[in-house]
Amino acid sequence: MNWWQRLFRRDKMEEQLEKEMRFHLEQHANELIVAGASPGEARRRARMALGGPERVKEECRDARGTRWLEDFWQDFRYAMRMLRQHPGFAGVAISTLALGVGASTVMFTVVNGVLLRPLPYPEADQLVAVNGHTGIWNAQLFGEQNVANPDFLDFERESHSLTLGGVLFNGGTASGAGEPEYVNSDEISPNVFSVLRVALAKGRTFLAEDDKPGAAPVMILGYSFWQRHFGGKAGILGSSLVLDGKSYTIVGVAPAGFRLYDSEPDVYTPLGQDTAGYLRTRGAHPVHVLGRLGPGRTLAEAQAELSLAGNRLAAQYNDTNRDRSFVVHPLRPDVGDVRSTLWLLLGAVGLLLLIACTNIASLLLARAVSRERELAMRMALGAGRGRLVRQCLTESAVLGLAGGALGVGLAALGFQPFVAFWPGSLPRAEEVHLDWRVLLFALTVSLASGLLFGLAPALRAPACELEQVLRAGGRSVVGSSRRLHSSFVVSELALAVVLLVSAGMLGRTLLRLSSLNPGMNTRNVLVARMALSPDVLADTGRIRAAWQDVLERARRVPGVELVAIVDTFPMRQGFNALGYWPTADVPPENKQPQALATSVSPDYLKVMGIPLRQGRLLNEQDRMGSELVIVIDEVLAQQAFGQESAVGKQLWMPDTGYGPFVVVGVVGHVRHWGLAGDDQAQVRAQFYYPFAQLPDRLLRRWSELMSIVVRTEVRPLSALQSLRQELRGAAGDQVLYEVHTMEQLTSDSLARQRFLLLLFGVFAGLALLLASIGIYGVLAYLTGQRAPEIGIRIALGASPGGVMRMVLRESLGMIVVGVLLGTAGAWAAGRVLKQLVEGMQPMEISSFATMIPVLVFAALLASFLPARHASRVDPVIALRQE
Amino acid sequence: MQPKSDLPQGTLDLLLLKVVALRPLHGYAIAQRLEQVSRHVVQVPQGSLYPALHRLENRGLLAADWKQTETGREAKFYRLTGKGRAQLEAEAASWERLTEAVALILKLSEGGAE
Repeated sequence: MNWWQRLFRRDKMEEQLEKEMRFHLEQHANELIVAGASPGEARRRARMALGGPERVKEECRDARGTRWLEDFWQDFRYAMRMLRQHPGFAGVAISTLALGVGASTVMFTVVNGVLLRPLPYPEADQLVAVNGHTGIWNAQLFGEQNVANPDFLDFERESHSLTLGGVLFNGGTASGAGEPEYVNSDEISPNVFSVLRVALAKGRTFLAEDDKPGAAPVMILGYSFWQRHFGGKAGILGSSLVLDGKSYTIVGVAPAGFRLYDSEPDVYTPLGQDTAGYLRTRGAHPVHVLGRLGPGRTLAEAQAELSLAGNRLAAQYNDTNRDRSFVVHPLRPDVGDVRSTLWLLLGAVGLLLLIACTNIASLLLARAVSRERELAMRMALGAGRGRLVRQCLTESAVLGLAGGALGVGLAALGFQPFVAFWPGSLPRAEEVHLDWRVLLFALTVSLASGLLFGLAPALRAPACELEQVLRAGGRSVVGSSRRLHSSFVVSELALAVVLLVSAGMLGRTLLRLSSLNPGMNTRNVLVARMALSPDVLADTGRIRAAWQDVLERARRVPGVELVAIVDTFPMRQGFNALGYWPTADVPPENKQPQALATSVSPDYLKVMGIPLRQGRLLNEQDRMGSELVIVIDEVLAQQAFGQESAVGKQLWMPDTGYGPFVVVGVVGHVRHWGLAGDDQAQVRAQFYYPFAQLPDRLLRRWSELMSIVVRTEVRPLSALQSLRQELRGAAGDQVLYEVHTMEQLTSDSLARQRFLLLLFGVFAGLALLLASIGIYGVLAYLTGQRAPEIGIRIALGASPGGVMRMVLRESLGMIVVGVLLGTAGAWAAGRVLKQLVEGMQPMEISSFATMIPVLVFAALLASFLPARHASRVDPVIALRQE
Repeated sequence: MQPKSDLPQGTLDLLLLKVVALRPLHGYAIAQRLEQVSRHVVQVPQGSLYPALHRLENRGLLAADWKQTETGREAKFYRLTGKGRAQLEAEAASWERLTEAVALILKLSEGGAE
């Protein structure tokens, strides 16, 4: 029989054991009767020989080897009975724990989905990314580079260890029936879907013959776009879609939910059909390269192979590939700065959970002390110490699991709102859901906390002197548990201080950041990306005319005050960092200081309300053929020219391929990297150069990047509809997309700090509540224990006020120690926050000074009730108890 | 009659396996048989017999079936399993080696005294 059979067929086993013993006794007695004993005497002697059937049975049960399970079952039922008998205790303990486990499970669910889960492709561990690297490119500043298209094509053809695919992010205007619409298109090499091992929902992927210049234009639709634009029409294959004036035949539909680099493109087109100049040179690096390791190949082999290929290219194409090397990484989701936010929140939630555990531990300890008599009695009846510890731990584990189950329930409800509430959009949000890892986490956390808060009472249980307890009647033995209780209160308070002060620091940071001047006037400014009609893009003369037309038309829209076009605008909406030098003998690229270049039409600085400090702004006379001019900000003026006046000086910028530029004006600095981020940003210096002076060869590429910025006299968004109408263009295929107001973007730049503050505020509030409940519980218990003593004091003439003061003094002692420890903890937490949160100030006394009194007040309030209760002890009743 | 000596530690299992090895027996018969074959020299308290039997059954060295005795009553008969037989042989061998060694040592010391 297996052990579980032995366990679950327990009744049958018992019956058989009984039968076996009876048989033995009767057999023995019969023999004795045959030998001449009387039946009564025979039975008595048989029993004596066996040595007490009950004891033998007990030993046989031990021999079964399932004893611990039976004990566990017994303890479990006992624990359930205890919880049912004390519904108040059980309710408080379980809901406290559910809160702690629930909150940490929500956080872990998000961490799991965003940071821990592998990419949602089959055998994702074989997938790699290939990036470029060069000494000239400042990788620390900008990360690694993508790969030039010709380099990618070489690798794709020659690599033995990798199957490669290339992706180029692009976009265009889909026109034809209905409103023209801007769509995101990914240009992909034919291999991409097969490298990722993803099958299309419909139709086919691109073939090698599709991937050539001049091949018939074909297109794969993204699932969502198919649903949105075509209403999920079934016979979509073979129809066509006009993108940037070119008609594509639809040959496939990507599967639902398929994402590439954490976004779902609207359409896919073949990379090989794109004849743009920057795809034919090894000097531009726009292609994202991903690959899958061949069977049995390792990352190191792939790296060695690519390094070799990189060296060969460097020798062959010295002008573009000198110093260029290639690196292979495992393909990982790019989640940006979300990582640190998530770990921070998980840490804060962990503190909350610790407070919850401490609270329950002190509750359990109080109960353990009042159960001393029961435990002592059990020991007197022969229970071993280990057995008692096991019983206590079983009880707390049952509590832990009950709280954990409830917590998982809370988490299942809670994580969706949490993800929805995330500022901006949470990367990989679609990956966030409960899975086995989350459940394992919740189970571990609840069991661990069950053991954690059960440990102190359990170890204490058998430690007390048996005989002393029984003699004392379980009333007056308090000494050591007082210390333990106090230490619980102290640690709860300390943890609460950490959370409160952290919340306070975040709050002050947010206040300070919100009051910062962004360096421009953000009121009534509308910004939107703008795509020119695909027809005009072929010819530079028509491009210049088209932008001129856009500016003139927009100016005529009612409510519009000023209009400009710009390539990148503040609050992290893109950047173009260029090296500059104040003299003609420019050093190598990696030695040049960097500045943010912004290409603008003349009115941009006025639209944004950027103040002029010196010289003049740009104007209509700064055009093709006139002197090349720029306007720089104070930071660049300071960095490049120091104390000297910058106006009239020249700057060289080799990256642009033209210049030098004459500085005609100095303007105020704009917080380009957001209110919080700008102070720590690597590249802060800024300059503005006229879009009108951009050379023809850059014009088309720039035109794909431009945005329109409008200062309005009315609410900015109310002018949007007429702007859209006015700017449709002759062919009706010019569209505005990614529309924002500058006020919104500025406010969003603090969204992360606001979100952290909100959550830390909530956690700190909960911590305060839990800690107060903890103090209340412990003091109520301790004063209850001291009732006889207090009774004597009152009988001897102590005043109620004196008794209250005595109790409050005691709690004040714990509060002081807790606050001191907590302050040290908060100081450490502040250092972590400063590292992880942009714009955090170094330690501020004021955060401590405002938050600690709140805690002390709450703690004293919680002590007040037990203190008043103690002061009202009736000496006669209290003394009669003794 | 010389005083009965206690069983050395761990030898009860060996004896039980050996007794049952001949043919299946119920508990009472095992107790009697032990008493007979050991000629009343070793004392096996009946109380420790059953826990030992149950332990051996749990370890899979013995198996038990309920069968009729000659007198027509149902009793639990223990028999040796294959695993039990292997264990018996191993333990018997090691027991023999031990006793030989002990006997040898005892003889030596007598020789030394002469």
